[in-house]
Amino acid sequence: MKPGVVMFAWLPEQASTVAGEVDRLFLWMLAFCVLILVLTVALVVGFCVKYRSSKKRDSEEELLEGAKQRRLEYLWIVAATVVFLGFFGWSANLYFRMFKPYEDPLRIYVVGKQWMWKAQHETGRGEINELHVPVGTPVELVMSSQDVIHSFFVPAFRLKHDVLPGRYTRIHFTATKEGSYELFCAELCGTEHSEMIGRIVVLSEEGYEAWQGRSGGAGRFAEKGRQLYENLGCAGCHEPGRLVPAPPLDEVYGRSVALASGARVEADRQYLRDAILAPNQEVVAGFEAVMPSYREQLENEDIDALVAYLVEKGAAHE
Amino acid sequence: MSEAAETNYLTAGSSLRSWLLTRDHKRIAILYAISITAFFLVGGVAAVLMRLELATPGGDLVASATYNRLFTLHGVIMVWFFLIPSIPSVLGNFLVPLMIGARDLAFPRLNLASWYVFMAGGVLALGAIFAGGVDTGWTFYTPYSSTYSNGYVVAMVAGVFIAGFSSIFTGINFMVTIHAMRVKGMGWFQMPLFLWSMYSTSLIMVLATPVLAITLALLAIERVGGIGIFDPAIGGDPLLFQHLFWFYSHPAVYIMILPGMGVVSELIACFSRNRIFGYKFVALSSVAIAALGFLVWGHHMFVSSQSVVASLVFSLLSFLVAVPSAVKVLNWTATLYRGRIVFSAPMLYAIGFIGLFTLGGLTGLILAAVAVDVHVHDTYFVVAHFHYIMVGGMLMAYLGGLHFWWPKITGKQYSRRWGRVSAVLVFLGFNLTFMPQFVLGYLGMPRRYHIYAEQFQLLNLCSSAGAVILGLGYLLPLCYLLHSLFCGKPAGSNPWSATGLEWQTASPPPEHNFNGRPSSPGEPYRYDRMGKEGGSAEA
Ligand code: HEC
Ligand SMILES: [Cu+2]
Repeated sequence: MKPGVVMFAWLPEQASTVAGEVDRLFLWMLAFCVLILVLTVALVVGFCVKYRSSKKRDSEEELLEGAKQRRLEYLWIVAATVVFLGFFGWSANLYFRMFKPYEDPLRIYVVGKQWMWKAQHETGRGEINELHVPVGTPVELVMSSQDVIHSFFVPAFRLKHDVLPGRYTRIHFTATKEGSYELFCAELCGTEHSEMIGRIVVLSEEGYEAWQGRSGGAGRFAEKGRQLYENLGCAGCHEPGRLVPAPPLDEVYGRSVALASGARVEADRQYLRDAILAPNQEVVAGFEAVMPSYREQLENEDIDALVAYLVEKGAAHE
Repeated sequence: MSEAAETNYLTAGSSLRSWLLTRDHKRIAILYAISITAFFLVGGVAAVLMRLELATPGGDLVASATYNRLFTLHGVIMVWFFLIPSIPSVLGNFLVPLMIGARDLAFPRLNLASWYVFMAGGVLALGAIFAGGVDTGWTFYTPYSSTYSNGYVVAMVAGVFIAGFSSIFTGINFMVTIHAMRVKGMGWFQMPLFLWSMYSTSLIMVLATPVLAITLALLAIERVGGIGIFDPAIGGDPLLFQHLFWFYSHPAVYIMILPGMGVVSELIACFSRNRIFGYKFVALSSVAIAALGFLVWGHHMFVSSQSVVASLVFSLLSFLVAVPSAVKVLNWTATLYRGRIVFSAPMLYAIGFIGLFTLGGLTGLILAAVAVDVHVHDTYFVVAHFHYIMVGGMLMAYLGGLHFWWPKITGKQYSRRWGRVSAVLVFLGFNLTFMPQFVLGYLGMPRRYHIYAEQFQLLNLCSSAGAVILGLGYLLPLCYLLHSLFCGKPAGSNPWSATGLEWQTASPPPEHNFNGRPSSPGEPYRYDRMGKEGGSAEA
């Protein structure tokens, strides 16, 4: 056994802003459960002892019946419902806050694939089965899967979310403590599911700068996207002087796009991703459905890079 | 006794043919009992192998590919080929007609067909296992199951699909029988509570199982035909599968507990020599559970990227579905109040049930709290929770019921001492196995992990040790119950001095259940009227 492995603890480490709050709710609910359980067991055991058949009992005892019995039932129903609603309200409120997107987070693209985690920082730095983040900084993960469903689970952050193929899911957290924390895949994803693990390394601000220092500056990931954009011939259609009429992509991100079907959709990351992988599902109004799908040619990380590039283009225009 | 000399349903014919072509609901119940015991043993062996593997953090006993096949086997067999048919198809089949004073179920041929269909499904599923197995988990999540897994998914899914029809057949049969064939004078609120639970269960079986069939068929179509339904790479939607699957499987959770609740109501009333407290509340809460159970499937998908609003609604409904269960616990406890409690083996199982089910239900509240579920979803916390309900609850109730009605079914008495020993052993072994898993789960150990982090070892070791005790606890009844078949004393028609029409006829009952018309039952559970002295059930 490695030295320093804690053999026993009741709660996992708390290393994110929500961890303490989740634990508090959990412990209160646990206390409630224990209370009810102890009460039930005490009553059952108590009755069993007191009313065991071998015991001599004298007179006729009156049972709880009729109106008394019904009153007890209704009281119990109302009490249970009120307590349950109380816990529901508490949990709903917390959940709402946990999942409210951050204003301007540090954004990292995460890809799950059988059986590893890949992360791409906006600086262009990539990692495998590790994720470095600065302490105290709001972080948003834009996650997708290359193959099957995985689930990104960091117990110390009380954070978990499925990572789906073909769809971006986003989660966010703010780490509160420097250190190294376990990352698990929580959704069965095949033979080596239990080895699809990694670690989250939370660094101080300076430590993080230093760690990033060796890679390029901000925007390098989008830069990779720009290169792909040129190499894959997107520019051939989408830039001025195009061969085929195609909508300009400079300001598409964040806009509301009119589709040929008559519907309007907001061009978020998911929309851009779909436009590259399944271009003919949602055709832009006024254009022919001639764009080829890039599903076969692109790794998930490349799609993320292209999307990051288009997002940056859109943001630059605002 | 004179009744022993008459032919009963067991002696009415002894050829294999007379068993395999029987239309007698009691014989069909026996056929089911033998088959699900075999399935239970298969699923149990897989569980033991898993627990042995998990005694150490590394993967030293079996390879990961094998481990994944083991838990899939365990899940599929235990859910579809043991738990779902357990109480309904064995005890229900035997007792529904007897309890309402009927000669048989409404559709005896359909009943026999249900067993054949069940066996066909079971053989196919076992075939898939022995041909090489399936590693998707019993939940068959797409696109892993539809595109990536290289096991015998289609055969396994076909097995479950076919077995589903036996549920539907049984459900229809029970509903029609209960509606149409009650003895004169037995109104809905004079029925034993076991029948209310059977009725509610049948309702779910009939309404939910077709959805499972559709889902599995779609999965097979995608896997074989490459038609994009669930896999996004070919234009499908992976979440659609989860919605459809849980739309069936959440109600199915109640198929796996409602019958247990029904059995426990019978046992508690009989062995406290008391009327059941709040009969109508207990009866109607079964129906409420069946109805609300259809509206909470989304609580399995809190972290699957379901919308925040959807998650909140499902969370709220999941809290509410706990209310009728709470009502039941109150009523069982209150039934003990001022009773004359007899600690027979069935009663010990029933008391154990109350404790385990209560803990299982309460931890369900923690899972319904969506903010906490984000952390504990897909961890051992969930594993512990549902084993408390399905093993601590349903299996305890099944064994309790089996011990209660065994004298009626076989006409023989088993060893009472061993009966009590096994009930206690199962209770202790169960808690030692699954209590540590709650802690493991909150600490963050994901489920379905073959290899795990070192800090989880101590608790896993406790759990594995508990599993050994639990295993012994389950083997015991197999021994002394079988022994009683050959050496047991005759039971007499009503060894527990219980109310209920099934006790009015001989043990084992004659072929057509009753000689003459059973007397009109009146209000159920009048243990207070059974005569204070002569009417107490011996332990
Ligand atoms: C053969 C010409 C062609 C090529 C090459 C091409 N596109 Fe397109 N693209 C189109 C056309 C035409 C449309 C509008 C019709 C539609 O939505 O399918 C379009 C639409 C889009 C949209 C949606 C724009 C909006 O306004 O909503 C995006 C995003 C996009 N393309 C990205 C790309 C990227 C990234 C590449 C390179 C990997 C690329 N395209 C390559 C022709 C092309
Ligand atoms: Cu994974």
